[in-house]
Amino acid sequence: MSATPQSIPTDIFGKPVNPQKGDSYLTHDRGILSWLLTLDHKRIGLMYMVVILASFLLGGIFAIVLRTMLAMPGANQANHASYTDEQLAQISVNNDFYNQAFTLHGAVMVFMFIIPAIPAILGNFVLPMMLGAKDVAFPKLNLLSYYCWVGGGLFFVWVLGKGILNTIFPGMVEFWGSGGLDTGWTFYTPYSTSTGTAATAAVAGVFILGFSSILTGVNFIATIHTLRPKDMGWFQMPLFVWGLYATAIMQVLATPVLAITLMLLLAERMLGIGIFDPALGGDPVLFQHFFWFYSHPAVYIMIVPAMGIISEIMSVFSRKRIFGYAFIACSSVCIAIIAFIVWGHHMFTSGQSDLLNAIFSFLTMSVAIPSAIKIFNWLATMYKGAIVLETPMLYAMGFIWLFTIGGLTGVYLAALSIDMHVHDTYFIVAHFHYVMVGSMMFGLLAGMSYWWPKMFGKMYHEGWSKVAAILIFAGFNLTFFIQFIAGSLGMPRRYATYPPEFAIYHHISTLGSYILATGLFIVLGVWIHSLVRGRPAPANPWGANSLEWHTKSPPLHANFEKTPLATDPYDFDDWRWDENVGGYVMNENTHHEEKTAQTK
Amino acid sequence: MSTANANHAQHSEDVRQPQLAHHFDTLEQQYSSAKLGMWAFLATEILMFGGLFCAYAVYRGTHPEVFLYAHHFLNTFWGAFNTVVLLASSLTMAWGVRAAQLGNKPLLVLMLLLTLVGGCSFMVVKYIEYSDKWEHVSHHGSGSFSLFAGSRNAFYTEEGEFTDPTAVGQAVRYGESKQHHDEHAIAHTNQAGDLHDAPAKTLEHQSKHATEQGHQIVDATAAKTLDFKSVQTRPMPTDRSDIRRPAPAPQGLSEAFEHIGGIPAPYETLADAGTGHSVVTWEDLDDRQQGLVSQFFQIYFMMTGLHGLHVLIGMGLITWIMIRALRGAFGPSYYTPVDLVGLYWHLVDLIWIFLFPLLYLIH
Amino acid sequence: MPQIHADSPSHDEPHAVPLRILFAVFIALLFFTFLTVAVTWVDLGSLNLWIALAVAVIKAAMVCLYFMHLRWDSPFNGFIITISFIFVALFIGLALLDSVEYQPNYQKPSIATDTGGG
Repeated sequence: MSATPQSIPTDIFGKPVNPQKGDSYLTHDRGILSWLLTLDHKRIGLMYMVVILASFLLGGIFAIVLRTMLAMPGANQANHASYTDEQLAQISVNNDFYNQAFTLHGAVMVFMFIIPAIPAILGNFVLPMMLGAKDVAFPKLNLLSYYCWVGGGLFFVWVLGKGILNTIFPGMVEFWGSGGLDTGWTFYTPYSTSTGTAATAAVAGVFILGFSSILTGVNFIATIHTLRPKDMGWFQMPLFVWGLYATAIMQVLATPVLAITLMLLLAERMLGIGIFDPALGGDPVLFQHFFWFYSHPAVYIMIVPAMGIISEIMSVFSRKRIFGYAFIACSSVCIAIIAFIVWGHHMFTSGQSDLLNAIFSFLTMSVAIPSAIKIFNWLATMYKGAIVLETPMLYAMGFIWLFTIGGLTGVYLAALSIDMHVHDTYFIVAHFHYVMVGSMMFGLLAGMSYWWPKMFGKMYHEGWSKVAAILIFAGFNLTFFIQFIAGSLGMPRRYATYPPEFAIYHHISTLGSYILATGLFIVLGVWIHSLVRGRPAPANPWGANSLEWHTKSPPLHANFEKTPLATDPYDFDDWRWDENVGGYVMNENTHHEEKTAQTK
Repeated sequence: MSTANANHAQHSEDVRQPQLAHHFDTLEQQYSSAKLGMWAFLATEILMFGGLFCAYAVYRGTHPEVFLYAHHFLNTFWGAFNTVVLLASSLTMAWGVRAAQLGNKPLLVLMLLLTLVGGCSFMVVKYIEYSDKWEHVSHHGSGSFSLFAGSRNAFYTEEGEFTDPTAVGQAVRYGESKQHHDEHAIAHTNQAGDLHDAPAKTLEHQSKHATEQGHQIVDATAAKTLDFKSVQTRPMPTDRSDIRRPAPAPQGLSEAFEHIGGIPAPYETLADAGTGHSVVTWEDLDDRQQGLVSQFFQIYFMMTGLHGLHVLIGMGLITWIMIRALRGAFGPSYYTPVDLVGLYWHLVDLIWIFLFPLLYLIH
Repeated sequence: MPQIHADSPSHDEPHAVPLRILFAVFIALLFFTFLTVAVTWVDLGSLNLWIALAVAVIKAAMVCLYFMHLRWDSPFNGFIITISFIFVALFIGLALLDSVEYQPNYQKPSIATDTGGG
């Protein structure tokens, strides 16, 4: 790495390529319309990247706002009677603001960042190339799914944002009407059927977002089934493809249940029907069954593709064949299936029957088995490997830490008696941030830094990105580990205030969140710097062997010059490090021999 | 399954059929992936209807008498008629796909037209049924199982109704929402009166946490202490036992439906009248069950409504492929859209096959 | 090019279903529709529901296999549809099991209203 590599792009054999003639997908067509109406999976992936990272920024800003509000216990607390009416009114407004802010943070992060991020950005970009295909099976559907996302997402943010702005500038309600949402991202009835905030519009927004997810899932399933090279069997696919496949199964089978749930909720609010509303004889626990039948698989929609990324990175950066390929592949599908039969563990204290509590408690614990299979196989992959601590590997190792903590506390919570005690406390908050945010965000960052050179044809600053990775890891643990302790002491979630004895935990947590935010902004800086000043990336900077590395960086419009033949994604022997290129190159002769041998 | 063939693709580059998209190698590959995608989409449709079937199963499982009583208002004849119509249109659709496969354009257009006619007659019958049902549920107003809104009004319409804390809590929260959302047709009057100020807001926040615990509709204590300061200054306990008070059993539901009267089912028109079966009458239902009769109709309207929407979408799609068929777009080598729309239409039929016995033939 | 064999049992090529099969299925569907209505004329207790469901499943299977060509189609398409029915059954089964368990408590509240707080 210390050598001074060439500053011109090279192909997979280390030969310089003329950037003018390169005709990469980035320069293939010009003009804004060529982006907005593109059917190219790579461009759609990049467009997803822009909007999804923007929602991450929005959700993140509100995370910082919440942590700042919670930094001081007294900020929103009326703990003695000497307040004037005006002060009380102000506190009431603050509390309203807090409710809407945590809803916006949660809902935007869940529906617009965590669920779509990896499949929509990296899946779209990498999946067809990993299969040696020219595009996903249904490119038009892909673009449609993008516009479903943008339409639903913008509407959702607009509705929620209005509510927030109305609390800050009360006069604006005359201008653009009321809005906002204060139900939390879960829309539990009966509160959601009667709240004065704009739940109807917000639910409609999420409904449209759901279609984006369904279309992506349908597309990926068809792509993986029909666009594999004929010599690539199921167990020769890269593990990220397996992860996306398991995800697509869940997207296809679970998201429609969210659609019908939200449709019924809309009918409750607009037509006044009472399937879920106890005031009309409905059953609010039934709503929770409906909601979690989608939303528990959704948790795995968030994490399973991240696990796929980690499987790729573990093998590549240990310079060693992945350990237990078939187990990792099957455990993804296994998680996808078990995901559908554990939803009741969200409802242990909701009045669910004891029988179901016991059943779901048992089933939930069984998810630990496929998850642990993955962890052990990753560790076994690293064992005696030549570990290279590049940025993607740092994130991947961070993932193992965070997911282990998040996963083990999940087993802990699956035990009924413990869950009764810590339900709806910060213990839960810490648990799901470790699993959903920590693991998924680390998976995304690992994947982004792994495929970044391929996506943009530019390398990034290795030193700063490592600093950022370490800061994010430290900041994340500082923010959330302390919440396990606060939660087990009884700090309930979703409260704008707390008694003084919890202050120390909130101080530390808030401090951690600032460090975390700093790290993330450094990542942003590194990426922007890379786009502007980064040196051209070699075709294969990491020496990986899955098919997306068998083409130039950035790839051609049609991905490959010739339809490639399937390779073993975890056999790195054909690639050797080339100082001049600053990446791995393939011996041209071996390549040709291989090719002719296989085509005969 | 995977039929990609690199060499074949290279050679056939110049003789590619116009229907073949650039990223597929052969029409077979394109056809099989389109079909796979369609089946995956149909799976989402099944899961979506599955949600409604779940609501149906839960309410039927817990209140069989209510369903038994209420289904008598549905007309079995029209239901069976519609079943036959849909089955026949499925037959013509399948026939149409066969015609497309064999390249018989006039037959294809005829079959699509017949399918369309089937869809239209289904919707006409649905319209007749809906207007009949609508008359039932809207004309009797609060005197019977009014379908929408009526029962909620039980909580809010008459002053002095707020005898239990549940109702007060509901009213407080409702009053709050009423301020912002007058357009909601949930209720017509709001007697929460002077609860409309800041205390209501805080109470709402307080009670919300409680509602999320489950059946505990509203924290009874909080509802009674409407004094703002006393609510606010309640010290935040670190001991969970105070936060998580044992939830009281849900209350007030039976009272809520108390004044809802009943009308007898029109047994004269029943298909099984005179067969000597024991039939459930309005008087056989207890108060709460009488209140739940509207649940059946809500589920009925949601299920058949969503199904009807699918019929309409299917009719639109059939019109579209009929126009394309008239222009000669399909032949033995390319009939994917006909096949996919056919699959969609059969799914609509499939859903109805389950809806008919479950809604019309409850026994 | 896909070849059309009107009566071929081949599995890969698109298959034009013979008319006599289509009509036979249609007649069978009509018969089962009649059967499911006829069953309600006899009181068989809770068996009625299960018979109605079984008949519906048979009808659905016939529509899937013949009208929707699943019999000649890629087995995976049939697998998708089977899986989706299984998941619906799981969803309904568990939700129903739960409601049946807790509904008795839910329906018979100790109407001694205000004392119920503690």
